[in-house]
Amino acid sequence: MTGIHIEVDGERIAGLAGQSIAGLLLADGRVAWRRTRTGRPRGVFCGIGACFDCLVTVNGLRDVRACQRRAVDGDKVDLQEDDRD
Amino acid sequence: MTEVLVVGGGPAGMAAALAARRHGARVVLLEAGDDIGGQYWRHLPGGRADPGERLWHHGWDRFLAMRDELLGDDGCEVVTGAHVWSVERRDGAPPLVHVFVGEPDGQGREPRTLDPAALVLATGAYERTLPFPGWDLPGVFTAGAAQALAKGERVAVGRRVLVAGAGPFLLPVVAGLLRIGAEVAGVIEAAGPAQLAGGWAPRPWQLIAARRKAGELAGYARQLAAHRIPYRTGAAVVAAHGTDRVEAVTVARLTRDWTPVPGTGRRIEADAVCVSHGFVPRTELALAAGCAVGVDGAVTVDERQRTSVPGVLTAGELTGIGGVDLALAEGEIAGSVASGGVPAPGAVRERAVFRKFAARLAAAHGIRPGWRAWVDDDTVVCRCEDVTAGALRRAAELTGSRGLRSLKLTTRAGLGLCQGRTCGRTVESMLTGSNEPGLLDPGRTAHRPIAIPVRLGELAASTRTSNREDVP
Repeated sequence: MTGIHIEVDGERIAGLAGQSIAGLLLADGRVAWRRTRTGRPRGVFCGIGACFDCLVTVNGLRDVRACQRRAVDGDKVDLQEDDRD
Repeated sequence: MTEVLVVGGGPAGMAAALAARRHGARVVLLEAGDDIGGQYWRHLPGGRADPGERLWHHGWDRFLAMRDELLGDDGCEVVTGAHVWSVERRDGAPPLVHVFVGEPDGQGREPRTLDPAALVLATGAYERTLPFPGWDLPGVFTAGAAQALAKGERVAVGRRVLVAGAGPFLLPVVAGLLRIGAEVAGVIEAAGPAQLAGGWAPRPWQLIAARRKAGELAGYARQLAAHRIPYRTGAAVVAAHGTDRVEAVTVARLTRDWTPVPGTGRRIEADAVCVSHGFVPRTELALAAGCAVGVDGAVTVDERQRTSVPGVLTAGELTGIGGVDLALAEGEIAGSVASGGVPAPGAVRERAVFRKFAARLAAAHGIRPGWRAWVDDDTVVCRCEDVTAGALRRAAELTGSRGLRSLKLTTRAGLGLCQGRTCGRTVESMLTGSNEPGLLDPGRTAHRPIAIPVRLGELAASTRTSNREDVP
């Protein structure tokens, strides 16, 4: 098993190669990493790419489903807030 | 020689591809993930292989044999990371299938357009979770999320987990949670004794042919007993509590039609709750192809898995929720027919047996209308756009509208990034309930002409390249 690190809002987090970004965040003890347009917290819900709750910004690209994207060593992940009304 | 395109690399798609190859067709199999196997055989990725992987699965050796055969066959191209974003109808030929190949939600992916002589859709299903107050708190998951994270990554969704909803799928989810060391606080099944008996008890001789299913379920029951996990029927999670994440839930007794019985609520502490009330067939590609769909939301097929559109076949959960044995049989039939062959009698027999099993599953665990009573006006229904049940009910009453499309546009329910996948069926049944004589356009929430969100840059790039390919 190969250890990897990703940067989440500037903080270095350790994980395992092959983990999804969502799996890595959950294993790190986080359950929420996005806010909806009324400010409600969201993390993983469906886990299979259907619900789009778990969106993050990966290396500058918005709206990536964290449960579908495998974490790559050195990835920069930023947490997202939806546009407020 | 017929050329067959299969979309979806789960059990049904794998069986279809293998059957089409046996009948001499060249095959392209498209899979969105980075390995085949689907949700059923979801497993650790290659670089992190677990020598004990077999213990996590039923039929693991069968999967390995099927995968080896597909990947080792020059006549079958397996394309992983294949994200189908559009299906384009044509007159007199099966539709064109537009794909981006690369990372999920990536950019700069390779556009491909496939031009098949026959198309087999095996896109599976995702879970249906009925809303309840607090269901959008972090720490509330679908049961499938817990299973996907356990099987695919060995990550537990919580330390003390409550599993709730309806159907036998809750039991393998419990098994997965136990295997990675989570504590399971209990299993809450909404169907009561009468509903369960109504589905499973009549005509027991029909179940003899499906008895390996019964064996699997008995194994799960023994596991619940060994771990002293409470299993309760005729009850539901009617609220989740917590501020930034779930800390506890309220479980209440249900009447036969799933209305909560007042005064029966009991609080259970848990840091995660996994809820599944059934499954929704993943129909967007089939609908875009023009396939007829039944009232249950599944694609309508004949006994040879042919849809209403010539040259388009479907197999597996997309045609109705029935489990892996039915998916394998239907895939085998679809692949044979798509390549101009005759399906093996064994597959035809299995299909008949497990279709009966599927009907019992629906009777024993199917959603009943009383659940709407546990959804208060503040409950979020559309998780993408934060639309509450109250807002939906008010819009329906104020506008007097029975048109789902106009209600969507008024409230924004179903207009978010998930395109109504999560709330669509719920919105439809909530509005039907308050708004007789029913909706003008039922099923409308499943229409998604662009099947997945696509970045404009990729769209522009894909129109510059005209690389239509015959299959292969």
